[in-house]
Amino acid sequence: MSTRRGERAIELVLFLCALLSVGTTAGIITVLAVETFAFFREVPLLEFLTGTEWTPLFANPQFGVLPLLIGTTMVSAIAMAVAVPSGLLSAIYLSEYAPDGVRRVVKPVLEVLAGVPTVVYGFFALTFVTPLLQQWLPGLSGFNALSPGIVMGLMILPLVSSLSEDAMRAVPRGLREGAYALGATRMQTAVQVVVPAAFSGITAAVILAVSRAIGETMIVAIAAGQQPRFTANPFVPIETMTAYIVQVSLGDTPQGTLEYRTIFAVGMLLFLMTFALNLVSTWLRGRFREEYN
Amino acid sequence: MAVTLASSPSSVGRRRADLLFQGAALLVLVMALAALAVLVATVWEDGASRLDWKFLTSFPSRRAEDAGIYHAIVGSFYVIVLTAALALPIGVAAATYLEEYGGRSPLARFIELNIANLAAVPSIIYGLLGLGLFVRAMGMGRSVLSGAATLALLALPVVILSTREALRTVPSSIREGSYALGATKWQTIWYQVLPMSLPGILTGLILALSRAIGETAPLITIGALTYIPFAPDSLWSPFTVLPIQIFNWVSRPQVAFKANAAAGILVLLTLLLTMNAIAIVLRDRYQRKGR
Repeated sequence: MSTRRGERAIELVLFLCALLSVGTTAGIITVLAVETFAFFREVPLLEFLTGTEWTPLFANPQFGVLPLLIGTTMVSAIAMAVAVPSGLLSAIYLSEYAPDGVRRVVKPVLEVLAGVPTVVYGFFALTFVTPLLQQWLPGLSGFNALSPGIVMGLMILPLVSSLSEDAMRAVPRGLREGAYALGATRMQTAVQVVVPAAFSGITAAVILAVSRAIGETMIVAIAAGQQPRFTANPFVPIETMTAYIVQVSLGDTPQGTLEYRTIFAVGMLLFLMTFALNLVSTWLRGRFREEYN
Repeated sequence: MAVTLASSPSSVGRRRADLLFQGAALLVLVMALAALAVLVATVWEDGASRLDWKFLTSFPSRRAEDAGIYHAIVGSFYVIVLTAALALPIGVAAATYLEEYGGRSPLARFIELNIANLAAVPSIIYGLLGLGLFVRAMGMGRSVLSGAATLALLALPVVILSTREALRTVPSSIREGSYALGATKWQTIWYQVLPMSLPGILTGLILALSRAIGETAPLITIGALTYIPFAPDSLWSPFTVLPIQIFNWVSRPQVAFKANAAAGILVLLTLLLTMNAIAIVLRDRYQRKGR
């Protein structure tokens, strides 16, 4: 009898540990919501979402989040422009062409590339890539969106590559063999059969990569500057949502002030954006799995 | 799925396109590897001359040539050990529940979906959670404990996912054999399943920790200090970690501090490589055993 009760107790403890993950999500939402509501009691939601000036630390503060949103969007777009084509090419190569020997070398190196701390990438962007770009683009400022965007693309490439490769490898052999039987080359098979068949899986990978780019912090905090600017010019200093949170956290902003609450409001916006993207990505991956299992 | 071959008239042309495509893909991979090499070379060139025993054993200083990273190394060590102590038992317990008990119940499915989503939440959001929950609401302050608790939450999804994978590789015949001998479910898990999956679990833990040790943003957000002239000596000490010290030096305009940052990066990368090497050795041994 006592063994059975012990077994039940253990199961309950394990269950509570599993439930902690739900608690984490609830905690994130609660913490963000409490401060965000306090923030919107003082700043109208409409002003926050449509204002084009972000100067919360000035004497006459403005709380329009659009400059931060544009900064984030611009850097992420540059990163995706680098990561998606190169990540897809390398995924196709690894899945459809590469001999085992090559794969054994390349995959660990890509893993290393994905494991480099982001503060290191930030250093690289600021002290190597920006000066290098300045040789060709004299108008490029020391802090800008272009260089961290490119470096972020490099950081995200392994994510796009490995998730897309997984999706392509899940495509049944029969489809490939059918294409070969019709006389298609490997490239035609890859581009016209495998990629379309793995499309939802690849899209899930790309969406997850966008979410990573939006939430990436240190590269932009180091190399993009701290000047929230309502501009689409990648050559001048800007500020992203994440970099703003870092900027305020570094200073000693007392709890309960409006400035302190801005980081939670910005954090809430960031969380909602990435959460929506993650949900879509998970849903697409689930659909992809259903197609072939 | 229709394959249109009409676009390529001759087989020679098609083969050439095929080669061209293969070349482009290889070029991308070579460029990615080259970027990694250039990154390491840049850091080495900037930082190697600063890297000596004195740098490793000195405290921060306003003068770049006197500054060191002793306090940051100790801080990183404290935080990582504590993160592991929190994330390992909770992560393994959660994974065991989902893999061995939860089954396909709707609640287990919901928890799974939730973990998958948490794994993709930006780390800086965890920092805001840590700031609001541990530092403020629970009154733990800007301490080592707050930092480790925040990083443990961040590491949990990775630990859970890799533990589940490790549990899944244990053949069901092992479980059935144990049941046949009269063992209870928990006895089976504790004496058979968990020991067998231990290398896989540890590999996952090390990989999660090697990510946590490079995390900067969440710890800045909870208010880890960028300048402290002492090493932490308890769970309640204020602290800094290696990546934050590096960030602090990178953000200064003087060239001498950039050299310090590069030297700090070399130390951080060495730590990471060591951890990854351990994980790879464990994984290899694990796979050999599995065959």
